[in-house]
Amino acid sequence: MKPRPFTYIRPETVAEAIAALSEWKEAARVMAGGQTLIAMLNLRLVDCEAIVDISRVSELSAVTRTRTHIEVGAAVTQNALLSRPDLAQEVPLLAKALPWVGHFQTRNKGTVCGSIAHADPSSELPLTLALLGGEVVLRSTRGTRTLKAADFQRGLLSTARENDELVVAVRFPLGAKGEGTGFREVARRHGDFAIVSLAARARADAIDLAVGGVADRPAVRTIARADLSRLDDIVDALAADLGGFEDIHATARYRRDLVRRLARPVIDEALSCSA
Amino acid sequence: MFRVGSGERTLVQFELDGRPVSGHVEPRMLLSDFLRQVAGATGTHVGCEHGVCGCCTVLLDGAASRSCLTLAVQAHGRSVGTVEGLAPGDGALNTLQAAFRKHHALQCGFCTPGILMSFTDFLARNPAPTEDQVRDTLSGHICRCTGYAPIVAAVMEAARTLRGDATETAA
Repeated sequence: MKPRPFTYIRPETVAEAIAALSEWKEAARVMAGGQTLIAMLNLRLVDCEAIVDISRVSELSAVTRTRTHIEVGAAVTQNALLSRPDLAQEVPLLAKALPWVGHFQTRNKGTVCGSIAHADPSSELPLTLALLGGEVVLRSTRGTRTLKAADFQRGLLSTARENDELVVAVRFPLGAKGEGTGFREVARRHGDFAIVSLAARARADAIDLAVGGVADRPAVRTIARADLSRLDDIVDALAADLGGFEDIHATARYRRDLVRRLARPVIDEALSCSA
Repeated sequence: MFRVGSGERTLVQFELDGRPVSGHVEPRMLLSDFLRQVAGATGTHVGCEHGVCGCCTVLLDGAASRSCLTLAVQAHGRSVGTVEGLAPGDGALNTLQAAFRKHHALQCGFCTPGILMSFTDFLARNPAPTEDQVRDTLSGHICRCTGYAPIVAAVMEAARTLRGDATETAA
């Protein structure tokens, strides 16, 4: 199918982009890489009056590193971040999760911020941001605000973004010394939407475990190292608590089973990478 | 700020396989449709139209991209490479195409234009790939004829040929 007619707006600066969003509000959709949005427009799952294409806003195409995090601009593609030479040292979990995001061909255009703004419950990047406790930077003509990942993603394809706001960047905390991380995913075909994905971070006294694809948003649990002997019970309780949903790809029960089976390997991977 | 109203047409110009093309199109026209219907370049095939099958993959400024997930207006001022620009001349095949022919890496050929463009980008970035890396990149395509094994063999051989025999012996 083809998209229905829409007004196409291509700003060159953030100021122009937020002015356009302030004018069109909920009638506009922001497009960065378009790798999900154009597919949804083709299928007419999304209907909008205007597209604001931010892919040529040069001030959004930078990755900057501070003492505490890397900040990824909204026009940075997934492959551009993946090919950053120091990524595996800076944010090791990102280097592990990014190869699972879509395919080589879609990562060439798909953006990091776009994936997080889309808030698909089975996406790898929102899961990574949630586990690491990252932040999302939003800007509108009214000002700039920064939200924690947990406050940004509200549910299935739903975020705290107001309809005149632009996600200008996301911030991934730098990996700390001695930490280890792990990532596991099950999909029908590598690069397809994950049925279930898990990420883990081993810290000195605890393990953080994040589960995607089961609830309506990534779920993060912290498990004290002292409780690792009871891991099976803890994961059983977590899977039951998340519940899961049934779709054409998998039953809710299968999703819960994957959580039970993958939790230990992903935690073991994180522990083996930690000092 | 560049703006085209709903239902209005705008001039789109870009370089297609080294030659300039142009057309007046609505913003909603996909690059895949522009290539086939406006430029008449039917070498690029359209399968699923939502980015899953990979048939319509082209090079956008050298990077393998789905032309069905790209608006024609987004290609304005850029360079687009398709399967029609691969062969060095009439009746000749480039190294990757020749390897596909030798290994029977295609049967019906519907998916082939996209696969060739993906591996044109892939081999330029990664001249000495492992089979696993080739399979990973191939996962962005669906082929219903070959069972994929001949495609992997063809890409591995093309990589060896492009590197030259000396590298092949060393590997």
